[in-house]
Amino acid sequence: MIQQNITVKNKIGIHSRPAALLVDTASRFKSKITIRNGERSALTTSMVKLLALRVKQDNEITITAEGEDEAEALKALSELIESKFGEE
Amino acid sequence: MDMQGIPVSAGIAIGKAFLYESVTPASSGSKRTALPVDSETERNRLERAVAEAERQLTELIGRIPAADGKQEADILNTQKYLLKDPEITGAADKAIKERYISAEQAVTEAVKETAAVFSEMDDDPYLKERSGDIEDIGRRLISILTGSGGACSLAELPPDSVVIAETLGPSDTAQLDRTHAAAIITEHGGPTSHAAILARTMELPAVAGLQRISSLASDGDTIIVDGCTGRVFVNPEASVVEEYMRKAAAYAERKRELRKNIHVPCRTKSGKNILLAANIGSPADIDRALENGAEGVGLFRTEFLYLDRSAPPGEEEQYRIYRTAAEKMGTRPLVVRTLDIGGDKEIPYLHLPKEDNPFLGTRAIRLCFIQPELFKTQLRALLRAAVYGNIKIMFPMVSSADDILTAKRFIAECAQELTAENKQYNADAETGIMIEIPAAAIIAEELAPLCSFFSIGTNDLTQYTLAVDRTNESLASLYNPFHPAVLALIRRTIEAAHKAGIPCAMCGEFAGNPEAVPQLLKYGLDEFSVSVSVLPETRRLITEAD
Repeated sequence: MIQQNITVKNKIGIHSRPAALLVDTASRFKSKITIRNGERSALTTSMVKLLALRVKQDNEITITAEGEDEAEALKALSELIESKFGEE
Repeated sequence: MDMQGIPVSAGIAIGKAFLYESVTPASSGSKRTALPVDSETERNRLERAVAEAERQLTELIGRIPAADGKQEADILNTQKYLLKDPEITGAADKAIKERYISAEQAVTEAVKETAAVFSEMDDDPYLKERSGDIEDIGRRLISILTGSGGACSLAELPPDSVVIAETLGPSDTAQLDRTHAAAIITEHGGPTSHAAILARTMELPAVAGLQRISSLASDGDTIIVDGCTGRVFVNPEASVVEEYMRKAAAYAERKRELRKNIHVPCRTKSGKNILLAANIGSPADIDRALENGAEGVGLFRTEFLYLDRSAPPGEEEQYRIYRTAAEKMGTRPLVVRTLDIGGDKEIPYLHLPKEDNPFLGTRAIRLCFIQPELFKTQLRALLRAAVYGNIKIMFPMVSSADDILTAKRFIAECAQELTAENKQYNADAETGIMIEIPAAAIIAEELAPLCSFFSIGTNDLTQYTLAVDRTNESLASLYNPFHPAVLALIRRTIEAAHKAGIPCAMCGEFAGNPEAVPQLLKYGLDEFSVSVSVLPETRRLITEAD
């Protein structure tokens, strides 16, 4: 199991479009991936749970991945978040 | 039975009632609860319903015209994800397996529970609204499960449908089946609501403010909608149907006649040339505007670009939209109004504080001044697109000379940046203002020399002058643009414009009002900008006036 802390930089935080991108990206991997924001945590299979994390700009979140491709999964997700989900 | 509502889009239609949002998970979910059910069968039903719902959503997304923007597609796309969410369909499946309940009940419970989580998020209006998306998913699934098919969908209407709804938002109208919709009736709203504006652009008859219509009409009832007078009949007698069939035919004939005349120069009998222009909400509306004889666009409402999305449209997206519009218009003028929005609209990403009086609050240009990035993104896109056509920039909610000077400083700043970035733009795009606050009308003489044009916005000018909230249905009788005070301000504005040698337009509903047109011409109004559906009629009124 590996994990990484990362600060969400895009303006709107994790709203629908970023959440959809997270679900899509995570679904490419076999690992079980969890995102935690403060006391709330969510599996990346659920948009509902991801939205309910209520991640806003400048929140620091923790991504945990566990499974055979955990390193690749963590890398893909952190890159997605660092790219601000492609927002302008 | 007949009723009187507010006429919001002209035309006459006779059709069958189609009650939108008549299916709610709460009302139909508990039907089958008494009997224990075969859980395998129910799980299969749920699985098939999810697959069908996904197919419907994919089809809807495919149907959204490209020009109408991607915000509608975004909403439906989100629903596709929610549809397969373990918290919703996963939880429903589990409930069937463990508690032997029906698929309907399982969906109802899962949706209710999940939606409740979001609807409690009072501090985040964006997330709070997602409860609506979740309920939408629930309605769709229940409607598929109970076999009522597309009862929650506006995308597949039976022919000649009179759509009856409490209210219609942008996400509803995006999916509206444009070939089979005959008319629209809403319980709430008025001439300036989203549904009304859409109906006029699509030339569909519409009546608003019929508060009890959903309980008085049932699916399939015969409905007559007279969008000219606001009268609506439910299951009328044969003689009334015949009367209205004659009226509808006469109306259609009149419309054909009027459209024949769209190439007649728009000139009064005394020889004054008038510019007849259209009010639009997206570049897709331009084709209809031109077909109906528009010689320009007097008002391009840009706020629709900002609604129902999670981030403001970026410069490139806006640039493409404005450029498309400008190219469609060619040399004809395209007046683009900068963002006119305030605390009455829920736009979560703008983080607007809740205001007690949003119409007297931080809206339109006031909002743009305190969110410079928002404003500059739009101005840069406009200046760049102005290379490709005759774009004029119009500022809403101006109340002082300072407002104009500040807005112009923003433009100068954007121009400087674009020069530095070596980007092509049109530095000579004209700028003008809306006259919609009484203060601006009163000091119009002082403002005119700072502008290339005025455009009178009668909807707001009337509500501010008379202190009558135009969205308050109980004050409808006090909302009167013919009030002498409103007329005096209109006249004053036109005279001030002419004194400074600039043209004066009007882009409110009043400019298409048959009783107002002769009066406005007498005052010397130069340009009339009206809804697409009243363009031919307005041309006739102008050419028949002195």
